[in-house]
Amino acid sequence: MSTAPPDTRPEARERRAGELSPRELGRWLWRQLTSMRTALILLLMLALAAVPGSIIPQEGVDSVKTARWQDEHPTLTPIYEKLSLFSVYDSPWFSAIYLLLMISLVGCIIPRTFVYLRAIRAAPPAAPRNLGRLPDHTSYETDEETRAVLERARAALKDRGYRLRPDDGSDAVSAERGYLREVGNLLFHLSVVVVLVAFAMGGLFGFRGGAIIVQGTTFTNTLTQYDDFEPGQLFSAGQMDPFTFRFDDFDVEWQNTPRRGVLARAFKAGLTYRETPDAAEKSYDLRVNHPLSVGDTDVFLIGHGYAPVITVKDGNGEEVFNGPVPFLPQDQTFLSFGVLKVPDSPTGEIGLEGLFYPTFQLADGNPVTIYPNDANPLISMQVYTGDLGLETSSQSVYDLDKTNAEQLLTDDGKPLRLDLELGESATLPDGLGTVTFDDVRPWTRIQFSQSPGKEVALVGVVLALVGLLGSLFIRPRRVWVRARREGGVTMVEVAALDRSGGGDVVPVLEELVGELRTAVPTGTAGTTRDTREDEGRNDT
Amino acid sequence: MTNSAWETLSDQAVAVAGVVYFLALLAHLVEWASLREVAPATAGAGAAGAADGEGGTGSVAVDTGPDRGAERERRVALFGRLGLLLTGLACAVHLVALVGRGLAADPNRVPWGNMYEFTVSGTFVVTLMYLVLHRRFSLAWMAPFVTAFVLSTLMIAVIWLHSEVTPLTEALNSYWLVIHVVSAVIATGAFTLGGILSAAYLVKDRRGEATTGPLARVPSLATLDRVSYRIHAFAFPVWTFAVLITGPIWAHEAWSSYWNWDPKEVWAFITWVVYAAYLHARSTAGWKGRNAAILALVGVATLWFNFIGINFFSTTTQHGYAESAPAFVEPVGR
Ligand code: HEM
Repeated sequence: MSTAPPDTRPEARERRAGELSPRELGRWLWRQLTSMRTALILLLMLALAAVPGSIIPQEGVDSVKTARWQDEHPTLTPIYEKLSLFSVYDSPWFSAIYLLLMISLVGCIIPRTFVYLRAIRAAPPAAPRNLGRLPDHTSYETDEETRAVLERARAALKDRGYRLRPDDGSDAVSAERGYLREVGNLLFHLSVVVVLVAFAMGGLFGFRGGAIIVQGTTFTNTLTQYDDFEPGQLFSAGQMDPFTFRFDDFDVEWQNTPRRGVLARAFKAGLTYRETPDAAEKSYDLRVNHPLSVGDTDVFLIGHGYAPVITVKDGNGEEVFNGPVPFLPQDQTFLSFGVLKVPDSPTGEIGLEGLFYPTFQLADGNPVTIYPNDANPLISMQVYTGDLGLETSSQSVYDLDKTNAEQLLTDDGKPLRLDLELGESATLPDGLGTVTFDDVRPWTRIQFSQSPGKEVALVGVVLALVGLLGSLFIRPRRVWVRARREGGVTMVEVAALDRSGGGDVVPVLEELVGELRTAVPTGTAGTTRDTREDEGRNDT
Repeated sequence: MTNSAWETLSDQAVAVAGVVYFLALLAHLVEWASLREVAPATAGAGAAGAADGEGGTGSVAVDTGPDRGAERERRVALFGRLGLLLTGLACAVHLVALVGRGLAADPNRVPWGNMYEFTVSGTFVVTLMYLVLHRRFSLAWMAPFVTAFVLSTLMIAVIWLHSEVTPLTEALNSYWLVIHVVSAVIATGAFTLGGILSAAYLVKDRRGEATTGPLARVPSLATLDRVSYRIHAFAFPVWTFAVLITGPIWAHEAWSSYWNWDPKEVWAFITWVVYAAYLHARSTAGWKGRNAAILALVGVATLWFNFIGINFFSTTTQHGYAESAPAFVEPVGR
């Protein structure tokens, strides 16, 4: 561990770049890049670079909010766009830091692996000449023979799991333990690389998409069926798993809370699915936190809402629209907003925009919803006609383009509002036709995703954690014991060094010296009696 | 007991715990105030007492010095012990508050459904860890800081973050959440203690080693650095486990993607990177000691900012407990 990082070598920093040959310059740069200090600075830069993305809305995280923010900040938007501030985590500058860190990491690990491979075979280094110079050392005197002391020290250190320097007849024992710390450290850093690669793979080859699916309908896993779809750069359509499912039934559990009103506590969607068109049918209750895996795709239940079933007939009595229209919940009361566009009506385009009240009650002639369950539903819609731009622009299904449209008014000039209870219909003015509210069906928002490499990433972080534990908690230390005959007594010096900089070796010393001074020697017969006497003396 | 009775009990327990923390803080302040007068060696105590001139009589007999010194030392010890006892008591009441919160919900659940509950849990862990590590790392000197921190954070929780007991939104209803939050909260408690140690390191580094007064009680720089490192070395793997293993697993189950660059995730990652930098700094020449301690403080700042602050800054977070609306009704794009 104490292998000094290369950048601390004075010559590396004193020379100026101009004096170097290209090759030396390359080596100098490489050394700078793979130094611990550079890694440290890169780490801090990475942390700093991640900040803007948490404050500025991100396209990849929430495109709707981002668009809204951009509308509200017309001057900042172009600047931010140039700086990629709406997609910080894919931006060139974020990637640059990330890549430099990777290079630095790899450049750091590879040489260290070789250093380690050499170190693991090496014997502990010989004792320094003056053990008293080490910060943690102690000594005592004894009558015992030096050889006997050293023998016992070897045995005691071996018992504690130390590796010993082969006995070369010197006056000291050298011991070292904690070799695995370095393995832990290397494992950790290697695993970080694995995780980063796996994460990048997920981003490049994966996808994420979502669809709103109304109860009773069937979903076929093809791109056209998605409401939104975000593929990775290297995604190919061939990755789509050929499954289909039908959304059969929906269950929601409402809960009355004392102060926050009625909340949806749990909901589930009963699905019948086939993994491939000719596979057997299976069923699954999809719930939040309980995704379904089909092939490589994971299917998640994200949200739910109501889809009023609406029929629109044109002025000639022909049906021009009939079907469920998913409305978006605005808050936990499930007051929901929705839009219905009827482009192909011969008597004029019709656009409806308005609210759905699951359980309505009239207050001063206006509906309010009192319960999120669809016990007494009402739709309340305003009507537009004229050019709704339906043929030309590809807009959001929840956005009605009213720039060239004309709102229908009542006879006294107020905006017309159709309030329809279940089963009711209304006739539109100007011979445009009729609107009927037939039924309410639940919808669920289902999210689909493939994240290739997620298992690799998981294994990677788990290994990183294991390595980290090793690197943090295995204490590498060296212990030296030297025994010398001095003026008729044996001087025993013991010193210990913690090589991780985190440990306190004083207890280690005390414990070892305690044992050396009191243990009953078992070795050579000749010294036994003498030492026992020593011991008696030491104890007093 | 009814749910609302449990909730009331919990609210009252938080109040009581707050009062007891306050008393503990007072006890420790008395302890420290007494320390101010105690010189480390008994011989110097008389002189220090006389110099204070607070004997009142104007003529302090020299031979009473050692007596008064001894008496003050007794007082220091007495109030130190009293403070510790009160902290222990407060910690127990604090636990009652958490349990009450969990039992107040229908169905019963773990007490971390919203910011208030997170904060109450987090501060509980700070106290608990302090009490557990008290002997092992001789943390007695930290007492006033820990009690002051817990007390003020609890006050913030009660005044600004308090909210009623509600059932967990479904996305939060997962056993991964339990594992994730337990580990995150434990790491938060440990990092906070580590932060206090690092702050003490910086103060001591500025002021130099004192021989008298309260600073003399703060251990040496080397000890502070080592204890701080050991606490961080414990907290970092736990944090890794919480935000890089269980967090992503849970996010994958609930939101369909194991990493979403959600602001909470971003800041958890920032915290992680800063602490990784701290660990590196400790073994880099020129960054050891002071700079490492500064990094540890930056780490704590990002941690608590993520815990509380980010909810007020960020525009998008799926971490539903920060807001009241259900977090999983997403609009569709296109
Ligand atoms: C993603 C980036 C990195 C992370 C998260 C990371 C994390 C860590 C952690 C947690 C430790 C343990 C500290 C300890 O043992 O006290 C460590 C040690 C170390 N790291 Fe990194 N590291 C990263 C990048 C690098 C890079 C790029 C280098 C190479 C220059 C590097 C070199 C080292 C060294 C030499 C140690 C051993 C320190 C010691 O224990 O003496 N690290 N790293």
